[in-house]
Amino acid sequence: MTAPLLRIRNVTCRFGGLIANNDLTLDVAAGEIVGLIGPNGAGKSTLFGVIAGAIRATEGAVMFEGRDVTAQDAAARCVSGIARTFQVVRSFDSMSVLDNVVVGALVREPATRAARRKAHAVLEFVGLAARAEAAAVDLTPPEKRRLELARALATDPKLLLLDEVLTGLTPAEAQQGAELIRSIRAQGVTVVLVEHVMEIVMPLVDRAIVLDLGRIIATGSPADVAAHPAVIAAYFGERRRA
Amino acid sequence: MTEVPPLAHMPGARHDDYDAGRRRQFAVALMLAAAVGTLPFVVTDVYAQNVFILTLTYVALSQSWNILGGYCGQVSLGHAIYFGIGAYSTVLIYMKFGVTPWVGMAAGGILAAVIALILGYPCFRIAGHYYTIATIVIAEAALLLVLNWEWAGAALGLQIPYAPDSWRTFQFGRNKLPYFYFALGLALLTWILCWVIQGSRWGFWWRAVKDDALAAQSLGVSAFRSKMSASAISACLTAVIGGFYALYVSYIDPGSVMSFELSMLISLPAVLGGIGTLWGPALGAAILIPLSEITRSYISGSGRGIPLIVYGTLIVLVALARPQGLVSLWPTRQRQMRS
Amino acid sequence: MTSHAVLQVLLSGVMMGLLYALIAAGLSLIFGLMDVVNFAHGEFLMVAMYAMFALVGITALDPLLLVPVVTALLFVFGCLVFSGIVRIAMRAKTNLGMVQVFATFGLGMLLQGVAQLLFTPDYRSLADSWIGGKTLSVFGLYMPVPQLVGAGVSIAAFAAMWLMIARTDFGKALEATREDSGAVALVGINKDRIFTLGWGVGAALVGLAGSIMAIFFYIHPGVGAPFALIAFVTVALGGFGSIFGALAAGILVGVVEATSALVLSPSMKSLGIYAVYLAVIFIRPRGLFGSL
Repeated sequence: MTAPLLRIRNVTCRFGGLIANNDLTLDVAAGEIVGLIGPNGAGKSTLFGVIAGAIRATEGAVMFEGRDVTAQDAAARCVSGIARTFQVVRSFDSMSVLDNVVVGALVREPATRAARRKAHAVLEFVGLAARAEAAAVDLTPPEKRRLELARALATDPKLLLLDEVLTGLTPAEAQQGAELIRSIRAQGVTVVLVEHVMEIVMPLVDRAIVLDLGRIIATGSPADVAAHPAVIAAYFGERRRA
Repeated sequence: MTEVPPLAHMPGARHDDYDAGRRRQFAVALMLAAAVGTLPFVVTDVYAQNVFILTLTYVALSQSWNILGGYCGQVSLGHAIYFGIGAYSTVLIYMKFGVTPWVGMAAGGILAAVIALILGYPCFRIAGHYYTIATIVIAEAALLLVLNWEWAGAALGLQIPYAPDSWRTFQFGRNKLPYFYFALGLALLTWILCWVIQGSRWGFWWRAVKDDALAAQSLGVSAFRSKMSASAISACLTAVIGGFYALYVSYIDPGSVMSFELSMLISLPAVLGGIGTLWGPALGAAILIPLSEITRSYISGSGRGIPLIVYGTLIVLVALARPQGLVSLWPTRQRQMRS
Repeated sequence: MTSHAVLQVLLSGVMMGLLYALIAAGLSLIFGLMDVVNFAHGEFLMVAMYAMFALVGITALDPLLLVPVVTALLFVFGCLVFSGIVRIAMRAKTNLGMVQVFATFGLGMLLQGVAQLLFTPDYRSLADSWIGGKTLSVFGLYMPVPQLVGAGVSIAAFAAMWLMIARTDFGKALEATREDSGAVALVGINKDRIFTLGWGVGAALVGLAGSIMAIFFYIHPGVGAPFALIAFVTVALGGFGSIFGALAAGILVGVVEATSALVLSPSMKSLGIYAVYLAVIFIRPRGLFGSL
């Protein structure tokens, strides 16, 4: 059996008195689509930050492709093959849609001409080619999400972290998004996604990992996880508070 | 993942458009430079020629500033320190050691770049307004130090002694033409540098850092390295221009080459014309500098303060009505090319 | 250097520092509220000083009596500046940070130009006040009365600010808007109104400082600039958005300045402040008490 693409070992993330990630250990195999779910405040975005290198874990290690990347910052991890989107879309507003993607493409194609061609290809792939010359700031929110996705894809990642890319979309848009994610995996990219839209996510993922209050409370196939008593308690409890 | 398709399979039109657009920009710049180059023969009034030289100097200065402020998004309001380093290096090396000022200009440029890197190391860990204020503070500290530096003339400044016309010392008594063409050369050089940057990966990296440093880092861009390189290049150019200015006016003192007012004048044209754009700084300088000279000379006495009122109003209006700068008033074709 | 001389330096530094703190408080309030740095802050100070100058000329009243009037005038002025200029500047879609820097800076230039036009660049000073020219002597330590009054007013103003923020509805609305200006509409707070009033209060604070400083400082169109820089340094040192950070930082700045004047030379007194600012910012990029 091949070694897992990503290994998280005993990662703990403390912010002052708050423990966002508590001794997390998990593996992600190459080619999987893994769903990271859990109530608000469970530590999902923090974990993403740790994997992507934007947040330094207080303890623990991150191994990618067998190498310890814990010391690498966000930019270095991108070069290593980890790309991510942000929960609140962060587009480069002074640039066009195409140029946004070019920034990502430059990681693998240092020459701007080749980077532009690659950017075009990626925009075609995600379905934004028609908007290539538009200003990024003029896009609709769903389009901005796709731009963010395209930008991350342009870096030729081996692991793609998607932070709530399907939230707030209409059911039809969400289905399209799920199809896109499947085709991304078909290209050989491993995907870990954080989502709340259960009806879309559960059919999409191979495996689900449930976080609550910084700990992993369940992991397994979507069906197993949905029936897990701890998971149900976590979600019903959260709904009761809300 | 997605392979780069061979050029034949791509919708070629768009790329040819882009490249043609870039070539067109370059051609326009050369033509403009050539046109401006004929000015001294059309307008022989010495006073007007002086205004041209000053304008060209600020075109070069604001474009240099734009490399850090417009492209990389780091608003430095203390660029006078680099201008002063260039001015003083040039004059001191010439007057105290007898070495031709060309060496001084180059030395000033290198020194400024080194100091920019040294300052950048702590400064670029600071965000936004703290950084801007740090630049002001550093420049003011430098001003204070030079004011009290006896060897460099302190508050009295330095006067380059009269010497016969010569290119070796870059001193010309009555003839303004050498200065004019050198300033034109500086303006063109800095423009070309900006044009190259825009089309290069550094340009993309820097603008990404300007827009959202966190997102840029997630795409493999080192925000720190971007800021450092932009800063060093900007500082070097500013210093060289400072050296030129010192030779042109033959007299420098801390108040004229290291002041906060100068820092603001360096950054204002870019704001007026369009921060982060290719033509913005030049446009802004072309409007602001002649305007300031005209108001300064025609309105004096009780009208004192009018230049400030005019500038101030202009800046406020542009900032409010056209934050992208006046260059955005130009029809779309040009603007598409700016990114 | 005797301990007496040291004490004198400290005392002068603290008194001046309290004034710096007052000038900085308004700047910090505005920034904490809406993330805008008022680059015309020095000119607000100048406007207050000229307002005092003009009113004294017109009414021939003791400047002390006119302090509340000038403060009120600056309050109105601050509100107008926000509604007329800053509110529009904040709507920019791109380069927002730079837009507000330059919009406020342009305003500052404009104000300086107007002052030059109306009052000429000549240095002005006020006819004597009841407190002018007098000096208290306690244990051999000299305290010029105007500066003492200034320090006292500053303390009183900070106390009033504390009371306002902690006790009044407006104060709470201010804090709420500071924390989340987007959400306050949900609890019935009009964000624009709070911003306007916030600018008014910020301007009033610097107006208070300026009106008193007019009694013992020369007034001229460029008087604001050095104080503005000190204010920026003070605010940044204390942490943008922390009003009481401004108080602590102001006193620190005053003392450092006075010490530098003694240890280095009066012309280099600012160097000490600059060094302290850079040292603090490099170590604690958010200032001493900043949370933003």
